Amino acid sequence: MSRSAEPLVRVRGLSTRLGDKVIFDGLDLDIPRGSITAVMGPSGTGKTTLLKHITGQMRPDAGEVWVDGSNVPTLGRDALFALRERIGYLFQNSALLTDFDVFENVAFPLRQHARLPEELVRNIVLTKLQAVGLRGAARLMPSELSGGMARRVALARAIVFDPMLILYDEPFVGLDPIALNQVLKLIRTLNQTLGITSILVAHELSAVRRVADRVHLLANGKIVAAGAPDELARGESDWTKQFFGGEADGPVPFHYPAGDYAHDLGFDGSAA
Amino acid sequence: MNARFLRDGYVTDALAQIGAAGLFFFTILGAVPKSLRHFRETVRQIWFVGAMSLVIIMTCGLFVGMVLALQLYHTLSIFGGTAALGTVVALSLFRELGPVVTALLFAGRAGTSITAEIGLMRATDQLAAMEMMAVDPVAYVVAPRFLAGVIAMPILACVFNALGIFGGHLVGVTWLGVDNGTFWGNMTANVEVWADVINGVWKSLAFGAVVTLIAVFQGYTTPPTSEGVAYATTRTVVFSSIVVLALDFVLTAFLM
Repeated sequence: MSRSAEPLVRVRGLSTRLGDKVIFDGLDLDIPRGSITAVMGPSGTGKTTLLKHITGQMRPDAGEVWVDGSNVPTLGRDALFALRERIGYLFQNSALLTDFDVFENVAFPLRQHARLPEELVRNIVLTKLQAVGLRGAARLMPSELSGGMARRVALARAIVFDPMLILYDEPFVGLDPIALNQVLKLIRTLNQTLGITSILVAHELSAVRRVADRVHLLANGKIVAAGAPDELARGESDWTKQFFGGEADGPVPFHYPAGDYAHDLGFDGSAA
Repeated sequence: MNARFLRDGYVTDALAQIGAAGLFFFTILGAVPKSLRHFRETVRQIWFVGAMSLVIIMTCGLFVGMVLALQLYHTLSIFGGTAALGTVVALSLFRELGPVVTALLFAGRAGTSITAEIGLMRATDQLAAMEMMAVDPVAYVVAPRFLAGVIAMPILACVFNALGIFGGHLVGVTWLGVDNGTFWGNMTANVEVWADVINGVWKSLAFGAVVTLIAVFQGYTTPPTSEGVAYATTRTVVFSSIVVLALDFVLTAFLM
């Protein structure tokens, strides 16, 4: 198989525990190059943890996570940093540097890794800010931004190097319909024009349907369903019916494991 | 009691913390060459932890010198030795009070803000974001603050000493009537540059390194919660105060 035909991200036998809780139990996953792949699933199933494994922020208990031919858990710090220079990451809470204004936040990766003339830095940053509709907010501080604006600035920062892979952790939260539409277009444009592979963790099925090529449904530590968004939404399995139908009853328990309800309320006479 | 402490893990936790702080110190030293690429950040931090601490250092230095002169004048006058007031004030400040009080004030003013700032950066994923942008947070955030603390502390101690002597002069000469020439003459004759002044500077350097190490370590390893940041900030002041006073005894024993 030629390198370009290989999946950009290949996860094999991934197993992770956090305390007593099993997060991944032998998870396998392939992310094809140049695709937009959504990872969906109930809260607390490890979607963000999966992104952390792909970027080497967390090491698994067992298994392999290959990104562009490198097994991430085995990489040393220098090799990991070299790989991360080619990966953009949009944090769930934006994680903007609060000492810097919007412009400097987006310019930060450029200033750290490329010795570019100031004019070029300025042009690149303003181009990225224009793409997310915030060129006019370049001199605002992060504390002056709304949640949705901060997310768009973080998105501009994530794409400033035109990376080979972008990981979006909840990119649609807090966006108004106009911003959501533009961000969806931007993700699609980056994918189509630059061939950037994207992995997005999201809960908004309507947005995912408009942008993703493929959806993986994560539950109980494994991928329980995968396919095109429309195909998956019409799926007949218990997993897809419960998740996309938003039903409380099904293979994914709505309630966190707990003891007997009547006992906790003291209806059986046990309460003090 | 001892067995209970051991069983509950207090002692082993404390030893593990000391070990981790020691390893963190070497990590910072390893990151210093890389941090020189961000020298502007180091200069900014010197301004923040040094220049911004000047008001509290100068005010406290002045009053410490004034109280010192008042107390010493009273004691020395019993033995008819008020002529030695300038010497004793200067020696007390250069050898002990200058470095120690400056370090304690520095821990309260700059150490806490370093811990809170780095702790909040941890809690808001800013450090993780730097890691994801392939920027080493130890080189970019921690090392400049550490260097700034080590550089600023001796300078602040010198300022503290100068204001302390000025305060001592104000009380001793201007108020209590000690002869001006005697005050300065005895001081310059009896205070030695290497044995007294420079030894105080060595102490300040050591205190600067220890207090800033505690501050950055507490901030960097704090649990990412508001309660975690609050505890880390408190620990910075408590640990710094204990370590400064203990280290002062050790250094004094070696430098005497």
